[in-house]
Amino acid sequence: MSKDIILSVDGVFKDYGDTRVLERVSLDVAPGTFCTIVGASGCGKSTFLRMLLSQEHPSRGKILLAGQPLPLEPTPDRGIVFQRYSVFPHLTVAENLVLAAEFAAAPVTGRLFGSRRKKALAETEGLLDRIGLTHAATRYPAQLSGGMQQRLAIAQALVKKPRILLLDEPFGALDPGIRADMHDLLLGLWEEFDMTVFMVTHDINEAFKLGTRLLVFDKVRHDPQAPEAYGATITYDLPLSAPEPGSARLLDEIAGTIRVPKTVPSSGIQTPNPHEERP
Amino acid sequence: MRLINRKPSRATALMLGLLPFVALIIVYTIASQARLAENPSDRLLPSLQSMASAMEKMAFEPDRRNGEFLLWKDTFASLGRIGAGLGISTILALVIGLTMGTLPYGKAALAPFVAAFSLIPPITILPILFIILGLGEAAKIGLIVVGTAPVMIRCLAKEALDIPREMIIKAETLGASSWQIATRVIVPGVLPMAVMALRLGLIPAWIFLVSAEAIASTEGLGYRIFLVRRYMAMDIILPYVAWITLLAFMMDYLLRVLSRVAFRWKHLEGGGL
Repeated sequence: MSKDIILSVDGVFKDYGDTRVLERVSLDVAPGTFCTIVGASGCGKSTFLRMLLSQEHPSRGKILLAGQPLPLEPTPDRGIVFQRYSVFPHLTVAENLVLAAEFAAAPVTGRLFGSRRKKALAETEGLLDRIGLTHAATRYPAQLSGGMQQRLAIAQALVKKPRILLLDEPFGALDPGIRADMHDLLLGLWEEFDMTVFMVTHDINEAFKLGTRLLVFDKVRHDPQAPEAYGATITYDLPLSAPEPGSARLLDEIAGTIRVPKTVPSSGIQTPNPHEERP
Repeated sequence: MRLINRKPSRATALMLGLLPFVALIIVYTIASQARLAENPSDRLLPSLQSMASAMEKMAFEPDRRNGEFLLWKDTFASLGRIGAGLGISTILALVIGLTMGTLPYGKAALAPFVAAFSLIPPITILPILFIILGLGEAAKIGLIVVGTAPVMIRCLAKEALDIPREMIIKAETLGASSWQIATRVIVPGVLPMAVMALRLGLIPAWIFLVSAEAIASTEGLGYRIFLVRRYMAMDIILPYVAWITLLAFMMDYLLRVLSRVAFRWKHLEGGGL
């Protein structure tokens, strides 16, 4: 295994009963890659992400993380941000960020008290400031807007400094104006934390804008008699270092493949106040 | 404006809310006076004054036989039993319910048994409890536990299972152990429901408490009601029923306030618990 591959997927299949979701997925990813993953609904891109997380396991094939088989359950070396339910509703913003330190320091109580708690809270201040939630440190997630919640979710996933950050449609529920802010934040953090990122998205423009490598999942084989017989695989694997002359045409082509409009209908419309703050 | 869009003001709403209570008292008073006018020694619908004086005797005059204030003695005995019973039920619900809701092995081992056990009519267990535990406090508290615990256990197990998988996985990626996930993610998540389960458990708890006290007891609100029934002492029974209702209401109200204070995060989303 060469040193410049952090994640290696080799001939992975995923079946649910008789239904094949993914087939013959093979992939080598270099450290520091920002992989964006697109595909039609139900093409298995989220399943692929869940396998990278060890939430699910391949039916066949193997996934290697830095040359080692992937652990059987989620571990701190792979951070995750979901579209929803990514933060803990019963903890304030600051408590959400300090939780990982508490898990590490207090195996029995899972809590820090007194000066140790103060110290741990102080250590999260930089991150809190980075995501612009210092003023909201004592609020509960229910008191935050969707964008603020996702900023918190991303920050929380970064506390353990994971080598790989997995994002499952993290901005799918956000307004377009807020999304652009989130993109800047995410790209900044990606460089700062020197991570490999896998991000599933519905938004093809987002995929082109953020990624350094684009993966498109689609079915290549169809059996009209048994639509569930064949699964999806990676049909496009594109480096996206810089916008190329042909990329507009390619964007059209991929948008056609995954059956989404090239431009999302609401893009370009700015919300009146992108810097969200709920009353 | 359509009727469905017309809303009462706060004062009107309060008045409307009080109306049925006032109406009941008025109807009762008229019926009582009518009966008493015909037969001054009628016991079925005693006048409000005679109920008040009977309760005054129960509350503020020592009993002739043992010098005790019967209403308070009964109240403390009943509240002690219901508190102990519901306390045990809550602990059982948290321990068993969370084991079922958190661990797949726990669910496999316990869910069928709890489901079967919860179908036993609790009152049929009462004779068994009396035989095994004697006629003392243990049997009465035991009946409350048998009557309330299974539902509360299943309620909390379901609430734990309903915690989004995403949250548990997130905790795993933050390095939490099973124990830490249970204590820092699942327990805080289900505690508001534990209070809710307790509030729902209050109703069967009172039923089983009064039943147990009616059958074998020497004190308690249920005991007193069934004791004075022999003399058709409606002037004591009716106020006692009202008093039990008030106690039940107060307990429910205090639990509701507790939930709002202790689980502020749960009530922010506007979900009225």
